[in-house]
Amino acid sequence: MATAIVEQLPLSQRILANIRRFFHWLSSPQVILALIMLAVMFYMVIVPLYRMVMTTITYSENDLRYAKGAVAGDFTLFHWVRMLTTKIGMMMTIQPLMHSLTISLGATGLAFLIGGSLAWLVVRTDLPGRNAINVLAVIPYIMPSWTIAMAWKVMFNNGTTGGLPGMLMFWTGTPPPDWLAYGPFPIIISSGLHYYTFFFLFVSAALMSIDSSLEEAGELAGASRMRILGKITFPLVVPALLSGFIMTFAKVMGTYGGPNVLGVPVRYYTVSTMIRSNITVGAVGDAFVLAITLILFSMITININQKIVGTRKSYETIGGRGFMSQKTKLRGMRYIISAAVITFQVLIASGPLILLTWSTLMLRSGNYSLSNLTLAHWIGVSDIRINSGEPGILRNPAIYRAAWNSIRLSVMTAFFTAFLGVILGYSIVKLRGTRLGSYTEQLAFIPYVIPGIAFGAVYITMFSKPVGPIPPLYGTFALLVVVSVAKHIPYSSRSGVSAMLQVGRELEEAAAVAGANSWRRFRMIIFPLTRAGFISGFLLTFITTMRELSLIILLVTPSTQVLSSLTMRYSENGNEQQANAVIILLIALVLAGNFIIGRFSGGSLKKGLGG
Amino acid sequence: MATTITIKNLTKKFGNVVAVNNLSLTIEPGTFLTLLGPSGCGKTTLLRCIAGLEDPNEGEIYIGDRLVFSHAKGISLPAGQRELGMAFQNYALWPHMTVYKNLTFALEIQKLSKAQMDERVKEALAEVQMDGYQDRYPREMSGGQQQRIALARMLAYRPKVFLMDEPLSNLDARLRMDMRGELKRLHHVSGATTVYVTHDQLEALTMSSTIAVMKLGVVQQLDTPDRVYHFPANLFVADFIGNPKVNLLEGVVKGNNQVSLGKFDIPMNTNAATGDVVVAVRPEDIDISTQPKDGAVQFIAYSVLPAGADSTIIARLDELEMTIKVNGISKIKMDEKIWLTFDPDALNLYDKKSGDLIASHV
Repeated sequence: MATAIVEQLPLSQRILANIRRFFHWLSSPQVILALIMLAVMFYMVIVPLYRMVMTTITYSENDLRYAKGAVAGDFTLFHWVRMLTTKIGMMMTIQPLMHSLTISLGATGLAFLIGGSLAWLVVRTDLPGRNAINVLAVIPYIMPSWTIAMAWKVMFNNGTTGGLPGMLMFWTGTPPPDWLAYGPFPIIISSGLHYYTFFFLFVSAALMSIDSSLEEAGELAGASRMRILGKITFPLVVPALLSGFIMTFAKVMGTYGGPNVLGVPVRYYTVSTMIRSNITVGAVGDAFVLAITLILFSMITININQKIVGTRKSYETIGGRGFMSQKTKLRGMRYIISAAVITFQVLIASGPLILLTWSTLMLRSGNYSLSNLTLAHWIGVSDIRINSGEPGILRNPAIYRAAWNSIRLSVMTAFFTAFLGVILGYSIVKLRGTRLGSYTEQLAFIPYVIPGIAFGAVYITMFSKPVGPIPPLYGTFALLVVVSVAKHIPYSSRSGVSAMLQVGRELEEAAAVAGANSWRRFRMIIFPLTRAGFISGFLLTFITTMRELSLIILLVTPSTQVLSSLTMRYSENGNEQQANAVIILLIALVLAGNFIIGRFSGGSLKKGLGG
Repeated sequence: MATTITIKNLTKKFGNVVAVNNLSLTIEPGTFLTLLGPSGCGKTTLLRCIAGLEDPNEGEIYIGDRLVFSHAKGISLPAGQRELGMAFQNYALWPHMTVYKNLTFALEIQKLSKAQMDERVKEALAEVQMDGYQDRYPREMSGGQQQRIALARMLAYRPKVFLMDEPLSNLDARLRMDMRGELKRLHHVSGATTVYVTHDQLEALTMSSTIAVMKLGVVQQLDTPDRVYHFPANLFVADFIGNPKVNLLEGVVKGNNQVSLGKFDIPMNTNAATGDVVVAVRPEDIDISTQPKDGAVQFIAYSVLPAGADSTIIARLDELEMTIKVNGISKIKMDEKIWLTFDPDALNLYDKKSGDLIASHV
């Protein structure tokens, strides 16, 4: 019957009907927004990746020195062969890869031990001072990931590579051994102490979601406490543990700051620091081979994560409304354990800051006695006897410029990211179950599997020439914004989706039936109801961008220097006191931003982290 | 003022799943039509297609004389231009707006003056007996109050058609009963064509002027509540409607107006049926006695469930189970012998293969 109607219409009307249907489809806001987002993401993610792969399989001007008779732009497997099979490859790829894996495994293991046991203590025992522990656990996350590494240097530097003698050496008189001062051991410790927050949040959320009746059922069946823990509780949190493990592992794989501060001076290279060093000498093709290797590793780990967690995820929904009625009693130990935990956390949170601050207050570097304290590095005028004539931090226009750049970058990134998040969330949720929707969701996920340093590397060649209406961006501030926004797309789309899911489609449909057009529905219904998600997304992005290093280290130029990259430059040039002062300034700005935004919006960092 | 809704050959697919299957339906002006069926039967999808919240894959929809959707002509009017009001299962009140703002949302789009809006809000709130609530936020009201406000919001902009998607299913049993009465009254007063979706057969029977029973995207029967209950068009409808459920008994038609159910025969008063049939008899149409009776069949009372105004008795004869409903509290004891009599004027006979009604009592 229905087809009979179609056949009765003349061809012209059928074409007209098709055109009408197409425009009707196109005019629905979720479709047009998804298409725009696809185009934007294609341009920001796919094109750069494609360019990167192409760079590794063509000769560049730089390579002609090694390859006789080659023409720049020709196809070649030269980079891959060189980086994977030769002796140079051993040094530049395999060894750094081993180092990266060592550090990632070690740091993840450490973070797991600390974060997991803290989570268990907080959620499943009657430990006093739980709120304090909760708050303190988030603090390392606010600080840049290499803060502890820098502080480590202040404490343990032994003069092997120059720089300030460490505090330990000053007080004891003997230099600490090299293994303690540099290389894998300190990198593992400093990264592990930074990333334990992830584990803590992951595992405590998982533990909280277990319905205590599951454990009570075990108890009624006559199982002992240990048996319940081993046979019921632990299997239920395994997915969360694995997920936290793999996420942390992937993060440490791509981290740059710590290995640069504690590894590079003794030529202990990881993949990320090796990428930078290749870029610095112009071996872009080689660097990209490393970047692709890193991306592949990251993709594999994340894939494993999804495989494992995907099949076991059904566990997670079992709990949901569990309220812990049964907590393990720590008896007389509870106050001692609580005090120990809080002391540890306070040390992790404030120790590095105190060390860094102290180092910035020393008139003569390496002299830790109280008589040597001065504010010269902060407010001193330029004096040739101090710091090769560099003025104090608070009098240095370069610092102000970098601080201003940092703030500008973070605010702009946070704004665009939150904005994209709302749009992506809206179109993905409204297009659930359609092909367009799943393409959008999948494409938005890609930056997640690309480690920061590799993502930055992707953008080096991209935008060096004008593309379509977009002017060349290399070396501009805009490029930093673009790369930061692009890297945050997975997080923003995820938080956008969860914010949008909470709104419920009926609220918008009721408005549509009442005659509101899409813009009015967005303005009057969707935006007001997702504002809290928008603000906590904004806050989280602001903080992560403020302390972002590996993503932008390859892209900053002297005029676009931000605080995080400035600490690295000072540190590399041996101006450690400036470097340390800049970190403190950076942390102060993050805390101020957190406070201001939290004040006005009621959104909080913890909320954002949880989401 | 009442409007006809005409649906022609409507098909809606979600991927490979056909939610509405080549469905044609005319809803007469002023009708209270209920789309009734189990979940997944396409009733909500059909409603959403009428509302303009889904685009069907085939077919046409007219509201009044206006063509609001035609696949062949490529026409699909946005929901807001179809002049209809909708009540949702979870009320869908905008939580960040007061009752007043919720009610005037559509009126602002229609560019009514402040005085007109005040007037409309007052009227609509009076109609749902919620006067004086205009400054409340949705979360400050109970579920029942929120649903009244949702109805008031729909009334305030005076749509030509009311669409309701299980509006009472989130309310508790008692409130649901009250609201049924009010909704029916509301329809009676306004006279607007109403399409109401529910899976609750009692709701459908009590409120509708017409019921469309749906299964797998197809209307099984379009009829008055009375006829849907007493003359179900097929076994699906017979089984779906009625609480406790209808008794369905497989049998073979013999001569002289008898159906053999294996262990015993029961009389019928039609000659239309032959061969394998399914006999449908409502629980209240079976007479029950504690004494042997002429023509009665002996059963055992397997379980007795008194419920105040009536009682349900589950009777068994070996494998054969029968549900009987009697008035008042039953005195029958469990495991007691009982005798059942079947009224030949209360039987419906269905073809065993097709499941269609072949013969019914008059």
